[in-house]
Amino acid sequence: MLDVSVRRHLGAFSLDVSFSAQNPGVTALFGPSGSGKSTVLSIVAGLLRPEAGRVAQGGAVLLDTAAGIDVPAERRRCAVVFQDAKLLPHLSVETNLRYGARRAPREAPGPGFAEVVDLLGIAPLLRRRPRALSGGERQRVALGRALLARPRLLLMDEPLAALDGPRKGEILEYLERLRDAARIPVLYVTHALEEVDRLADTLVLLEAGRVLAAGPLDALAARTDLPVLSGRRDAGAVMFCTVEAHDLARGLTRLVFPGGELQVPLRPEAVGARLRLRLRARDVAVATEAPRGFSSHNILPGTVSAVAPSGPHEAFVTLEVGPTPLLARLTRDAVATLGLRLGKPVFAVVKSTAFDHG
Amino acid sequence: MNPLAWLTPDEWQAIRISLVVATRSVAFGLPLAVLAAYALVRGRFVGRALLDAAVHLPLVMPPVVVGWGLLLLFGVRGPLGSLLLDWFGVRLVFTTGGAALATAVMAFPLMVRAIRLSLEGIDPGLEAAARTLGAGPLDRFVTITLPLMAPGILAGGVVAFAAGLGEFGAVITFASNIPGETQTLPLAIYAATQVPGGEATAAKLSAVSFTLAVAGLLLSEVIARRMRRLLGM
Repeated sequence: MLDVSVRRHLGAFSLDVSFSAQNPGVTALFGPSGSGKSTVLSIVAGLLRPEAGRVAQGGAVLLDTAAGIDVPAERRRCAVVFQDAKLLPHLSVETNLRYGARRAPREAPGPGFAEVVDLLGIAPLLRRRPRALSGGERQRVALGRALLARPRLLLMDEPLAALDGPRKGEILEYLERLRDAARIPVLYVTHALEEVDRLADTLVLLEAGRVLAAGPLDALAARTDLPVLSGRRDAGAVMFCTVEAHDLARGLTRLVFPGGELQVPLRPEAVGARLRLRLRARDVAVATEAPRGFSSHNILPGTVSAVAPSGPHEAFVTLEVGPTPLLARLTRDAVATLGLRLGKPVFAVVKSTAFDHG
Repeated sequence: MNPLAWLTPDEWQAIRISLVVATRSVAFGLPLAVLAAYALVRGRFVGRALLDAAVHLPLVMPPVVVGWGLLLLFGVRGPLGSLLLDWFGVRLVFTTGGAALATAVMAFPLMVRAIRLSLEGIDPGLEAAARTLGAGPLDRFVTITLPLMAPGILAGGVVAFAAGLGEFGAVITFASNIPGETQTLPLAIYAATQVPGGEATAAKLSAVSFTLAVAGLLLSEVIARRMRRLLGM
């Protein structure tokens, strides 16, 4: 359990944030730049001191201004991965990796050197200097160094922001593996929704130094009352899927999610792999009868659980497909014509190609 | 012909004294210069501007004034000089040690400036990252800050050494011009120009001074470049 509650004033900006998250898992602090998410991370790390606040992780109180507790950063065991890797330029990659490990308490649990090197694919880099690494490689080494410090909490401050598209994808894959392999709780700061979709278990939405909403990712993504999310072009539900089977002949992959299954164009993940899909509200159509003679593979029976206006002429319709909520963005006219109201059984129609990964 | 015979024993002695004085001034001044530079760059304390000014004072004051100030402080009746004499039996005025002190004070700003420059080039984020990895203040200083500012320390040391070989005003004021004790190269040159027929000595020692100074500057450049490469910067 990660518990954070901090107050800090800096000129005109005031930060008043509190949230808690179940662990282990990835807690994403998401918000526009200037929303205070990096400040929160610095406070949790112990690099910044708030005027008042409390930070506790898994029973260890790291900061409690009321009780006069302020564990110095070097003893908090909250390793940070920064946007620019901050590798020590005068040390080799291997020495950098071992920097935190040497200073970690012996009895602390955590992955071993070989395991981390293997997980991040950095064995060929060990003897190099940081200067001779690419941006993506540096970030992988920084991640490995933080992991090897056996942190009780891993902090990541926009670790992908300085990378280009392909490198981002590469590191994201490592981060997914890390999330699934290491049982280390992570606090992840980002302003990229794609990273949230792929990594976060718990989402904390920040705006102007305040928490807008906090909760499990899928629950928050399906909400229509958070303009930060629902106002985006890619607003929509996030579905937690498992790869069920690949049909190479038809070029399709079958995914199951709680409440149903989906067919999508062939995916690279192995059978059994878990993945998250963002199903954009504008890619979901709604029918009141099971459509026939239709190009779509994905016709999901469900019930309307909410209708909320979205702009002057449109509306969000929330559909429950089993326990999984989906969002559809329709015109108000369509809502009226179809007679969509709470509890009405409907069919969500989704084109197979509608899915973005992430 | 013996190449040593190019210079007279007295002239060799002046060179030796100069080398001893410059070495001692750097050995004594460099650690303090590291501390001063660190305090000026990373320190957040009242009076930082004052310290900055004090460090740079010898650079802008007439050396004779510095020497006279030292005489007031470290003379056998001075507040610090009397303490040194009573407690440790150390007398600085008119000694090689005194010449080294005067030289160190004069070269101090040169050392601090070089170290400071390299320290300012170090990303404080490196230390922040190390902190979250469990490194305490002393640990960070030794494993990160010190090695990364080593080029500055070395360059500062070499420049101070080269400058120290030629320090005149402060040395002659504080330590006087005693052959075999405080008579460094420039003092010997000065003395030579004051006696009839001393031109040859003055010319030879000037040539030596010039060579040592140029060699020092080149060496500091080379060392700084090598170090930067070695440190992966």
